[in-house]
Amino acid sequence: MSLLGGWGRYPLGESALLRPRSLAAARAATSDTEAVVARGAGRAYGDAAIGARATLETSQLDRMRAFDDETGILSVEGGVRLADVIDTFLPRGFFPKVVPGTRFVSVGGAVAADIHGKNHHVDGGFGDTLESLTLATPDGAQLRLSRTENAELFFATVGGMGLTGTVLEATWRLSKVETGWIRQRTIEAANLSQALAALSAGHSSTYSVAWIDGLATGARLGRSLIFLGEPARRDELDARARRLPFGAVPPPRYRIPFDFPGFALNRLSVGAFNELYYRLGARRTGAPFLVPAGPYFFPLDGIAEWNRIYGRAGFIQHQCVVPEAAAEATLGEILSRVAARGDASFLAVLKKLGPGTGLLSFPMPGYTLALDFPLRPGLLEFLDDLDRLVVAAGGRLYLAKDSRQSRATFEAGYPDLPKFREIRRAVDPRGRLRSRLSDRLGLS
Amino acid sequence: MTSTLLVIGAGSDIGRETARAFASDGWAVQLAGRDVESLKREADDIAVRGGRPVALHHIDVLNSTSFPAFLDALSPLPDAVVCVVGLLGDQARSESDIEAATTVMRSNYEGPALLLGAFAERFLARGSGTIVGVSSVAGDRGRASNYVYGSAKAGFTAFLSGLRNRCARRGVAVVTVKPGFVRTKMTEGMKLPGALTINADVAGAAILRAVKRRADVVYVAPVWRLAMTIIRLIPERIFKLLPL
Repeated sequence: MSLLGGWGRYPLGESALLRPRSLAAARAATSDTEAVVARGAGRAYGDAAIGARATLETSQLDRMRAFDDETGILSVEGGVRLADVIDTFLPRGFFPKVVPGTRFVSVGGAVAADIHGKNHHVDGGFGDTLESLTLATPDGAQLRLSRTENAELFFATVGGMGLTGTVLEATWRLSKVETGWIRQRTIEAANLSQALAALSAGHSSTYSVAWIDGLATGARLGRSLIFLGEPARRDELDARARRLPFGAVPPPRYRIPFDFPGFALNRLSVGAFNELYYRLGARRTGAPFLVPAGPYFFPLDGIAEWNRIYGRAGFIQHQCVVPEAAAEATLGEILSRVAARGDASFLAVLKKLGPGTGLLSFPMPGYTLALDFPLRPGLLEFLDDLDRLVVAAGGRLYLAKDSRQSRATFEAGYPDLPKFREIRRAVDPRGRLRSRLSDRLGLS
Repeated sequence: MTSTLLVIGAGSDIGRETARAFASDGWAVQLAGRDVESLKREADDIAVRGGRPVALHHIDVLNSTSFPAFLDALSPLPDAVVCVVGLLGDQARSESDIEAATTVMRSNYEGPALLLGAFAERFLARGSGTIVGVSSVAGDRGRASNYVYGSAKAGFTAFLSGLRNRCARRGVAVVTVKPGFVRTKMTEGMKLPGALTINADVAGAAILRAVKRRADVVYVAPVWRLAMTIIRLIPERIFKLLPL
């Protein structure tokens, strides 16, 4: 038995750990194990990748299988990490169309969570880049899924949190890029309404994301820095960037060597950080400047094991999405409660999303707000209150980040749930696939 | 000019990681092993990562009559060959089961030595090449817990040492690699000391470095050179009483 957790290190759960070395072994493990779920790189924050009894870890399913340089279509096994794909293909002029905030996720996990990036409002989610999947199902079958083949199961698997089977292989399309640089433009937003307006206007930018000051109050509530980005063309590079046109993504430069004590993050330390970060960022507003793709997309990947700053107790990321019409009122209310509580960390992100792809995909047209909280007394009750605001606004929470939402919150937020349950019953009639998350949310 | 690497025993974890390391350094790669079916998966992987096709060859190091045809089929004759073939076996079984012990001895010594010897002939005729034999720290001194395997590795180490001596002034380098504890299929389920244990990709990267600088004897984790020096220095009348 192993003690497993997610990136937030809360909750932890005992589970037998299986590590199949071949696709055939992974297929057998999916059908012959009770209460099992696949786990990729363990970057889901909560309990999505902790098996109820056993966990099928895919790190040994890390082979790339085929690539076509004409179309950019790549086939890989489910345990291949996006970091590996980027290291291999960025120097050859290809980049995944959709990347999350860390490159250390597995492709199987990216499918299961239907991850989104800073371009969701323009390009859709990871599921939209898929050509096909090979899925090992609990009855021992190996199925090819696509929009035309086993289509229902395809849309249940994209965003399905591993509850339809184990993703053995994925075939998906990479985008051609001229360089590995992003032309970034920073916009200062003095409050939430300006931030939402800037993100909305940023519709014309391929990438947009806002860092939001979770401690600002009053007239400055929701003050933000908006980072817009466009893939840089070859002729837009300056002399420095031309020397390294694909600006290699560096390995982590720093490592958090120990768990910070629980009091390290407080209103004073986070407030000081936020003030400094905001002022430094605000100095770079105006003209666009070049940044390598690595730091632009994955700013925290430069610090290995950054989750340790939250201390041994772990942390929770609360990521919700709220439809556009209700966004300003609801997010404003959430932010003022968060600022009043005073222990949101400096990692707070606001983004615009478009429609979702899979039955349980997180995105919906609207705005998503992600806030990190160190685990402290009263936090769970506080987050339940925030959930009520989200549900009232017709929004929902991201399962890949979730470790604690109630079954009622979940059911209110995902209207395609009955359809998902129906497909799941057909593919897993004996209910073999079970994670802590699926048990908690009544999906098992 | 692209250099070419041949990995023998490419289905092993160290073999695969070695091929990956060379491919990402720009080498063309050939893979050889017993189970060509499962090697196809490794060949695809390395071809996609390296951006050039990978050749696949069948070889069973216990079947020495197949060696000449195997060598003739390689196109081109590689610039470097790495032999990762090995079989740990089960020490207790090897003590009483002669056939099992024979397989361990032949897989770790006879097969790899004869095959690399055949490569040496071709490389010397050409006047260039690098031969890498993956041996083991277990060959540095026989111990009760693994001496059947260890003695075969000791023979292999001695063979490589002699071959290096013979080839040194004729353009052909011979490298002996002793990985120490590595997390692989071979050691799965064994209790390994964390501080002394490396992942297979570290061994792959070390082999690439060793080929580039034409090293002689490489302990992948340097601590092993010290540890084995100490173990070799213990007088036999004490050594024989130690629970090793």
